[in-house]
Amino acid sequence: MNRVQRARFAEKVAKTVLGLMAVIVLVTAAAVFIYIVSKGYRAISWEFLTTRPLKLGREGGIGPAIGGTLWLVSLTAFFTLPIGILAGVYLSEYAPRNMLTRSIRLAITNMAGVPSIVYGLFGLAMFVMLANFKVSALSGALTLACMTLPVVITVTEEALRQVPQDLRHASLALGSTKWRTIRKVVLPASMPGIVTGSILGLARAAGETAPILFTAAVFMSPQLPRSPLDRVMALPYHIYAEVTSVPNWSENLIWGTALVLVAGISIVSVAAGVWRSIQRRKIRW
Amino acid sequence: MAISTDTKRGRALGRTASRRATEVVVRALVFACGWLAIVILAAIAVFLLTNGLRSIDEVGLGTMLTGTSWYPTSNNAQFGFLPLILGSLFVTGVALVVSVPVGVGAAVYLSEFAGRGFKEVAKSVVEFMAAVPSVVYGLIGVAVLIPWVRTTFQLDSGMTALTGGIVLGVMSIPTVLSISEDALHAVPESLRQASLALGNTRWQTTYKVVVPAASSGIFAAVMLGLGRAIGETMAVLMLTGNAAVMPTGVFESVRTMTGTIAAEMGEVVRKGLHYSALFSVGLVLFAMTFAINLAADLVLERQRKRWRR
Repeated sequence: MNRVQRARFAEKVAKTVLGLMAVIVLVTAAAVFIYIVSKGYRAISWEFLTTRPLKLGREGGIGPAIGGTLWLVSLTAFFTLPIGILAGVYLSEYAPRNMLTRSIRLAITNMAGVPSIVYGLFGLAMFVMLANFKVSALSGALTLACMTLPVVITVTEEALRQVPQDLRHASLALGSTKWRTIRKVVLPASMPGIVTGSILGLARAAGETAPILFTAAVFMSPQLPRSPLDRVMALPYHIYAEVTSVPNWSENLIWGTALVLVAGISIVSVAAGVWRSIQRRKIRW
Repeated sequence: MAISTDTKRGRALGRTASRRATEVVVRALVFACGWLAIVILAAIAVFLLTNGLRSIDEVGLGTMLTGTSWYPTSNNAQFGFLPLILGSLFVTGVALVVSVPVGVGAAVYLSEFAGRGFKEVAKSVVEFMAAVPSVVYGLIGVAVLIPWVRTTFQLDSGMTALTGGIVLGVMSIPTVLSISEDALHAVPESLRQASLALGNTRWQTTYKVVVPAASSGIFAAVMLGLGRAIGETMAVLMLTGNAAVMPTGVFESVRTMTGTIAAEMGEVVRKGLHYSALFSVGLVLFAMTFAINLAADLVLERQRKRWRR
């Protein structure tokens, strides 16, 4: 082989090997998807989605777990959205270019990398013990809120930066104050990005188990929590608890639970993405 | 006439004043929220430390870090972290062997060779992979991988470091892939064109020009994948068997730091020595991931400065 042939051969080999890696990723993801759906779809019924578990979850439904997860996510959103959006506003609109801002950014990226179980420990020490919220939906949601905060901050900052400076200048030139400009011009223009990004972050939070292990979750509860200070069942914790501590756990029902969780997260994420692209088409600068 | 103008002016002044007041209040609020990230991060460190203090006092940090046995509930309780740290490292090692070649390879393919359609599909697929909760990966591992590992390697139990590591590897692929791809994407097109114009093939351009130019970003991607793998809890808890002994190979059951905290925290006496020791494990874990993330962040920052356009 001469040099040109060798180069062509290397090109082919490299392309095949690298392509194979990409295909492995696609096939793995497809396998995960198909496996969850094919194992779980038989369990899905109205009854399964709405009734309470019986015989330690070997029979019955997962109604309280679905409700508990919705409780947790709503409370998490309630805490994390206002704070995260304001923090994003700070970074994009107010923060000076100095060491403090640099360390805030560093803290945010680092928060995103803190292991979820460490958030669980923090939540246990801070919200369950020190604030004395006990093991409750409130403690769990506050823990999850700390965990989703970096996501909300980052997507907000990015969305705000997409808004052209001209719009801000125009508003300020009309005599608006800085905050009015942000509230009436900048935030509305960046809402699609903020909302979608935050929903993606919250959907992830819905699937987390480790942070709620010792802050919010209860193995069995016949009904929905009546107040944020009640313990809650949650879909991911239900899967974990059944698999690890119930002998002869029902495969059918647990795969059904997994399907409900994954489908819920996926549907919400996809819907948020579609909504954003529709909104983006409406806004033109 | 004059009076009404004055009134108008007065009202306008009042409005301005109230807006100024709002401005001041909002400014304070926004600044407080902005700084909250630092506060929370510091609070995490402080809470881990204060709650772990009892074990650091009574057992000693050095003794814990170098101790080789973890018997937290026996009469003569031993709190040696080494089996747990090694357990985490074994599982993470396996995860990297899975996630780095596949993740980086796929990223190079997507960035340098793939067509637009394939790229779009791959992007949504990777997003799906990242969105699947770790407990579901754990469940898949329980159903598929544990029996497979047991029969393939003819072991007594399929719950090994290998089992947990493979699943963890799959879970960290999205991180490694998307950050590597960002790094490759950041390399200016002009570099590729210059190389191709000199008669290099696509592959020669890729490994001689593009990958070296993006190397620090790819390194950061691997670091972040590592950080994610070391901090993962549910999948390893369900798959590694959780035997707290010094591991000697990947075909054995291991117990990771994360798994230990998750498995034992539910049953300990609050504020007891064991409880405190688990917080110390958390502190070690926090310190490790913090160092890894910090390093990755600094590397990424340098890369960003290098190709700033």
